[in-house]
Amino acid sequence: MPVLSVRGLSIDYLTRRGAVHAVRDVSFELEKSETLAIIGESGSGKTTLAVGLIRLSPRGTRVATGEILYTKDGMTSDIRKLDDDDLREYRWAECAMVFQAALNSFNPVITIWEQFLDTARAHGIKDKHRVRERSAELLDLVHLDARRVLPAFPHELSGGMKQRVLIALALMLEPQMLILDEPTTALDILTQRSIIDLLRQLRQRLGFSMIFISHDLSIAAELADRMITMYAGRVVERARVEDMFYRPRHPYSLGLLRAVPRVSGALGSVASIPGSPPDLIRLPKGCSYAPRCPYAIDACREAEPPLLKVDTPEHEAACIRWQHVAEVIGSKAPLPVAEKLA
Amino acid sequence: MCLVGESGCGKTTTGRLLAGLIRPTSGRLLYEGKDVWQTKGADLARFRRAVQLVHQDPYASLNPTRTVFQTLSAPLYRHKKARGGRQALAAVSELLERVDLTPPDNFVSKYPHQLSGGQRQRVSIARALTVDPKVIVADEAVSMVDVSIRISLLNLLLALGREFGVTIVLITHDLAVARYFARHGRIGVMYLGRVVELAETESLVSDPAHPYSAALIAAIPEADPEITRGKKRVELRSAEIPSLLDLPPGCTFHPRCPLSEAGLCDVKIPELLAIPGHREVACHVAVRERTAEPAAATA
Ligand SMILES: Nc1ncnc2c1ncn2[C@@H]1O[C@H](COP(=O)(O)OP(=O)(O)OP(=O)(O)O)[C@@H](O)[C@H]1O
Ligand SMILES: Nc1ncnc2c1ncn2[C@@H]1O[C@H](COP(=O)(O)OP(=O)(O)O)[C@@H](O)[C@H]1O
Ligand code: SF4
Ligand code: SF4
Ligand SMILES: [Mg+2]
Ligand SMILES: [Mg+2]
Repeated sequence: MPVLSVRGLSIDYLTRRGAVHAVRDVSFELEKSETLAIIGESGSGKTTLAVGLIRLSPRGTRVATGEILYTKDGMTSDIRKLDDDDLREYRWAECAMVFQAALNSFNPVITIWEQFLDTARAHGIKDKHRVRERSAELLDLVHLDARRVLPAFPHELSGGMKQRVLIALALMLEPQMLILDEPTTALDILTQRSIIDLLRQLRQRLGFSMIFISHDLSIAAELADRMITMYAGRVVERARVEDMFYRPRHPYSLGLLRAVPRVSGALGSVASIPGSPPDLIRLPKGCSYAPRCPYAIDACREAEPPLLKVDTPEHEAACIRWQHVAEVIGSKAPLPVAEKLA
Repeated sequence: MCLVGESGCGKTTTGRLLAGLIRPTSGRLLYEGKDVWQTKGADLARFRRAVQLVHQDPYASLNPTRTVFQTLSAPLYRHKKARGGRQALAAVSELLERVDLTPPDNFVSKYPHQLSGGQRQRVSIARALTVDPKVIVADEAVSMVDVSIRISLLNLLLALGREFGVTIVLITHDLAVARYFARHGRIGVMYLGRVVELAETESLVSDPAHPYSAALIAAIPEADPEITRGKKRVELRSAEIPSLLDLPPGCTFHPRCPLSEAGLCDVKIPELLAIPGHREVACHVAVRERTAEPAAATA
């Protein structure tokens, strides 16, 4: 039984120009203790989806269709139908989120201790002693010295320390599920490494499920069990981590993978994806990746390709030419790209 | 070449020094063999045009109230490269084409907020090109944008380097980006304000000589599950980065360095010295071990 099951979720932003179809017909499942990575360029709808999962979308958002089913102790409920009290409970006690760019969202004039108190109070924990104990425990868990960090103001902490504090806050009520939006973006190498190692340890110790969202493929390579690629609001590929990295079947996943240079091993050929994502108000007919896709044929522009089973039962790609992609990757012939290396 | 290092290690400051925007506290900056801070008049003006800085943050570096045309034509007028609107428009269009913002007509009258992050970066690069620079210092020109846009910007800079003979110094956090960008050049690794290793790119990434370079390479997460999960770590003795206001004595890396030798590393500052294999390193142990053994120390 999956912890979370998302079915046919669509989320629009209502703007003056029209409805921005930021998330379109997204379905996926998250198993207990599993880590799922959602990748895609900026603007592909990752943050919209994540925020939608805990119903914190900004005003002007319309959840057009879909279900978000959450299961605990054999009981399943649809998050979209929760009342305010249950929703608050769900948000921290069941599913906690660490937001993108949250490093700058700390209230600058209160200490970290007061941040812990506020968070605890918001969930009805009033006993200061208990909060003190719990915050010391949590900070210890993320390898911070509580005596030093609790009295500090946010600006006195480095980016990596702030990220740890945010993770500690998210774990306050022992959630079953943690959603992290771009957890290592804007941190430098050694700090990124320590956050990745920390998440790996915490997951092992506490056994929560994790969804993280990033345009950075290396964190997915480090932590994910399964991956989803999003493009123009849709899931275009879904696979186990090894399949996604070594046997991608959607040209967009392949494009993302090839746009990242490596430090170890052969440099290989690195290429960018030409063009930019489509206007989400007026989507092109057919496959929305067609204008940028090196494999596009006329048939691609007829109808939006559904997710098709490829290779194994756990692997799906929304591309009518996935077999051709498989052949190209399997062969030694150079891949077609718009920008070749000199 | 690329300069890499952790946040606060002095990359941007070095970039600003290179572009002559700040005066060195000590030491000299030579351009065509002449000390920049001793030159005046025409020589100084030539240096100022020759070395251009492309800023870290495209959102902050373009004036939000100016169109692309206004941003690019101002330096053209100032340096008398265009007289009159028609000439300026032709020159601006050519610049936009050079940075692949085509067709130029679509871009000339746009304001920064109407452009994507990658497009803004291109405008910043075009602005640096208005004065035919010999050297471009690109500070984190790639850190703000997406993976795929990033590579196309790097390719653009590389192409400019090739076609117009511009020398490019790229400043970045990302070693993988540095390896890609400087694959035919060199990487300089900085730590607490100093260059601790300077080497040809492939030899640096495959066989780092300085313990700090080795630690960085071992730590970097990579976009390949087998490689990244199987990486051998270099355990540092401490995660704490010392303050630049209170540097440790001797080698500033010694409180964290796994190879630190008491009585040597905590006392004596290692100089940046040449070792075999066309590289320079500031480490007592690396210099000792690599100059003792025969030159061919490949991985
Ligand atoms: N104008 C200034 N006044 C005082 N200190 C400064 C100034 N500018 C930079 N510094 C300090 O100098 C050191 C080096 O900063 P610099 O901006 O060069 O680092 P960097 O390597 O570019 O970092 P990042 O990767 O975060 O951009 C830092 O400790 C910084 O706080
Ligand atoms: N509050 C909003 N109002 C209107 N459009 C928005 C809003 N937030 C995001 N969008 C648009 O929705 C799309 C998806 O954005 P987002 O979910 O932030 O993507 P990602 O996290 O993948 O970068 C983008 O086209 C973005 O411009
Ligand atoms: S369906 Fe066609 S256009 Fe779309 S990704 Fe596949 S080959 Fe490319
Ligand atoms: S000089 Fe000593 S402390 Fe410094 S890097 Fe070399 S071995 Fe480490
Ligand atoms: Mg986002
Ligand atoms: Mg900087």
